[in-house]
Amino acid sequence: MKPEAPRMETPLGRVRGLGSARSGAKHWWHERLTSVSTLILLVWLAVSLLRLPDLGYRTLTEWLAAPLAAVPMLLLIVSIFWHLSSGLRVVVEDYVHEEGGKLFWLVAINFASLFGAGLAIFAVLKIAFGGAA
Amino acid sequence: MHRNPARPMSPHLTIWKWGPHMAVSILHRITGVGLAVVGGAMFVWWLVALASGPEAYATFAGWATWKWMLVIWIGLTWAAFQHTLSGIRHFVLDIGAGYEIRANRRWAVAVILGAILLTGLVWTLFFVLRVFA
Repeated sequence: MKPEAPRMETPLGRVRGLGSARSGAKHWWHERLTSVSTLILLVWLAVSLLRLPDLGYRTLTEWLAAPLAAVPMLLLIVSIFWHLSSGLRVVVEDYVHEEGGKLFWLVAINFASLFGAGLAIFAVLKIAFGGAA
Repeated sequence: MHRNPARPMSPHLTIWKWGPHMAVSILHRITGVGLAVVGGAMFVWWLVALASGPEAYATFAGWATWKWMLVIWIGLTWAAFQHTLSGIRHFVLDIGAGYEIRANRRWAVAVILGAILLTGLVWTLFFVLRVFA
C-alpha cells in the first residue's frame, strides 16, 4: 500500500457545511432519558421492597404477580438494560481503538444486554402469569 | 476515525495535574461499568431465581446473605450513589452551567463526599437501627 499524501484538512473541516445527519444526538439523548427513568424506577423498587413485611419467596412472588408491581418491574428491566448498553458502548468506543476489537466488544455488549434483559423479562412474566404461590 | 500521523496530537491525560473533576469523571465510568456488570448480573440472578421456584430462591438467598457478599452489596450501594450524584452533575453541565473552576471543583468534591456519606448512612441504618430487617 503506498503511503497517503499528507492532508492538511482536518476531519472536522471535511464534514463542515454538509449539514446534520439528523441522528447525531439520538444516542446521547436516549442515555439521558433512560438515566432518569432508571433512577425513578429504582426508587420505586427500593420503596416497594422496604414496604414488604419480608423478602421471602412467597411474599415476593405474590407481590410481583400484581400488575402494579410487574409492569414497573418490566419497565425497570428495559430502562436498566437500555441505559447500561448505551453506557458500556461509549466506554468501548472511547478506549478500544483497534477496529476488530471494538466491533467484537460492541457486538458482545449488545448480545449480552439483550440476553440479560430477555432472562429478566421472562422471569417476571413467568411469575406474573404462572400463578405461582 | 482516520488520523493523519503527520499532524500534531493534542496534549493528553498524562500531562495534566490531577483534580477532583478528573476523579469524578473517571469514577463515573468505573462505577457505571461496575453497576452494569455486577449489578446487572445480581438483578437478573435475583429475578430468575424467583421465577425458578422456592429451592432456587433459597440458593440465591443463601449466597446473598453470605457475610462476604456484604463487600459486593456495599460496593454496589456506593457505586449507585456515586454514579447517580455524578449523573446529576452531568445534567447541570449539560445545560452549560458549573464550568467555572471553583464551582466545578466544589461540586466534584461534593459528589465524592456525598456518595460516601449516603453509603455510610444506608449501611449504618441497616446495621444499627435494623430498619431494613
